[in-house]
Amino acid sequence: MNAPIRNENLQLLNGNHAVAWGVRLASPDVAPLYPITPQTPILEKLIDFKSADLLGTEILTPESEHSAMAAAVAASATGARVFSATSSQGLLLMHELLHYAAGSRLPIVLFNVNRTPAAPWGFWPDQIDSLSQRDTGWVQLYSETPQESLDTVIQAFRIAEASELPVMVNHDAFYVSHAVEPVSVPDQGAVELYLPKVDRSMWLDTDIGRAIGAPIGQDGWNRTRREMDAAMQTIVGLTKDAGKAWGEMSGRPYAPLELYRCDDAEVVFVTMGSMAGTAREAVDRLRESGVAAGLVKVRLFRPMPMADLHAALADIPCALVLDRNYSPGVGGVLHQELMAGFYGAENAPRIFGFLTGVGGTNVPVEMLEKLAVDYRQAKQNNNPIWVE
Amino acid sequence: MKDIEYNEAGQFCSGHNACAGCAEALSMRVILNAVGKNTVGVVVPSCVAIIVGAHPRSSAKIPFIHGLLESAAAMASGVKRGLVSQGKDDTTVLCLAGDGGTYDIGLQALSSAAERNEDILYVCFDNEGYMNTGGQTSSSTPLAASTGSSPLGKTTRKKNLVEILAAHRIPYIATASPSHLSDLSEKVTKAKAIRGMKVIIVVIPCLPGWGIADDAAVKVSRLAVESGVFPLIEVEDGLRYSINSADKTKPIDEYLDLQKRYRHISDSERVELQQDVDDSWDRLVARTKM
Ligand SMILES: Cc1ncc(C[n+]2csc(CCOP(=O)(O)OP(=O)(O)O)c2C)c(N)n1
Ligand code: SF4
Ligand SMILES: [Mg+2]
Repeated sequence: MNAPIRNENLQLLNGNHAVAWGVRLASPDVAPLYPITPQTPILEKLIDFKSADLLGTEILTPESEHSAMAAAVAASATGARVFSATSSQGLLLMHELLHYAAGSRLPIVLFNVNRTPAAPWGFWPDQIDSLSQRDTGWVQLYSETPQESLDTVIQAFRIAEASELPVMVNHDAFYVSHAVEPVSVPDQGAVELYLPKVDRSMWLDTDIGRAIGAPIGQDGWNRTRREMDAAMQTIVGLTKDAGKAWGEMSGRPYAPLELYRCDDAEVVFVTMGSMAGTAREAVDRLRESGVAAGLVKVRLFRPMPMADLHAALADIPCALVLDRNYSPGVGGVLHQELMAGFYGAENAPRIFGFLTGVGGTNVPVEMLEKLAVDYRQAKQNNNPIWVE
Repeated sequence: MKDIEYNEAGQFCSGHNACAGCAEALSMRVILNAVGKNTVGVVVPSCVAIIVGAHPRSSAKIPFIHGLLESAAAMASGVKRGLVSQGKDDTTVLCLAGDGGTYDIGLQALSSAAERNEDILYVCFDNEGYMNTGGQTSSSTPLAASTGSSPLGKTTRKKNLVEILAAHRIPYIATASPSHLSDLSEKVTKAKAIRGMKVIIVVIPCLPGWGIADDAAVKVSRLAVESGVFPLIEVEDGLRYSINSADKTKPIDEYLDLQKRYRHISDSERVELQQDVDDSWDRLVARTKM
């Protein structure tokens, strides 16, 4: 997956600083930001860039995430390219605006660092903050590594501006946000070619005098959702195009799903974010011990690339979904999505849902190896299973 | 009859959805014409959002974003930054909200924008209650006035937003009234020329909310000014206070008696209200001499 070493600008970056680099390269016009652990290094790095005259973005630091997203929405409505970043409580405070941004078809890119929401207070990796926003109309992508976060945040602008839907990119608190690795930073000129500035139709044009978000009748409101549905239908294709073009430019291609050693697999893990790293290691060890294991990493969560999942799991008898989140009264969100997506499908795999690492608890490789061994031939069980 | 001096440039169309006789529509006409064509509007849920209008019509010739109730100042900041980032520095951003959206749920965002001295013109249509939701108490509802959520009369005073804003040391704060339209027009013109945060609070007697006759809005707002209940003032840089209306010339009785929301008050409450207005006036006069 690595790019050719020649001419490469390799830097030691943590996940958040990699995001800030990606944003710098995408050079948004406006970025309203508010601090929260563990997102703050994104904000600080962007302000460092700005202070050193390396970034032209108008940075706004209002009194809350609610106002940050309100300003993001309004700036985007003027035609500006807009970025913001948050985590956990901040994302939840933005909730009302998330609906507004999507309903107004504003291509804002938001980076969210997945963290447990209060109560009780915690600062741990857990994806329920963003998963509980899944019905707001935002495209959601999940990243596994700092490199992927840099690459994905730039792709996100391309997907957002092509679909006129807002895009949220997520990575896990600390495991990715604060983990340092060598990151290949692409060339500014190459990114500008990859992501040309689009002249977005100006809603707030003083020569036109149109209104955005004005009250509308039932039929009109209904039509906005049908139009969003049509736009959502384009996202899988746009994500593929964006990932493929990125690969041509950087040597690191991406797709909505990443399949690892799935050929001839009798059992695969299905997961998102940093858990994919642990699962990949477990797959290697299982293969060594004679268990034909594989991994399906879900990068695009909303909309769920269901046709691709069906294709990926076509000949695989058993799928073990690993959820680092818990929807009370239901179970793991990714598990539910898969169950719904495979309901009634012919040759569907047996699907098991495991609550692994909820609240940021450690998930060792051995734990996953044991799950594969214990469940690869087990009978279908729809209930979520807590794993300790 | 007095001539009203303002430039009618056709920026506000007839056929808007205000209650017939509402002085908020009248004020809107003056404001939109004074602020001019090169303006982007932000409006949040309130009577003025209804006046701006529902899709696909708009009573205003300028573009508007219909924002969220608590986000008026944040959205106006975002519009301004978005325009500036695209080289449109000279476009005025006009933000319109009610008293609920300003004194209450939007105060946090307003304070933040004021502290950052965002280059926006914020107009609060102060009808002293949540009228769009049928007339409930806001923190701008005055002492003793009855509303749907204070049927026995409000037991606390109206929040003093001018002093709160003055404490932020923003360049310009003014109050205005639909009874003094030339003054309103001048204040908008003056505010537009100032860089930074400007706030104009316009008193709007609400016909159903205050319980007044359909043709009484301008009269009641004039009495609010003349009795000193709602003095017309300007505050520059949060420090220099000036009173623009003639002196307080009338007792509050005529003002109160035209409104059903004060119908229940006792004689002693009336005396207390008068005392309160007199004290506030004296404090204001003292400020102008500081
Ligand atoms: C978050 C939120 N809560 C409640 C409402 C409902 N709401 C719409 S308008 C309004 C009253 C606003 O009062 P004010 O700002 O004084 O404007 P007026 O209607 O009096 O002109 C309320 C409470 C809303 N739109 N958003
Ligand atoms: S409810 Fe009151 S403020 Fe609102 S439009 Fe009617 S009269 Fe005017
Ligand atoms: Mg009101």
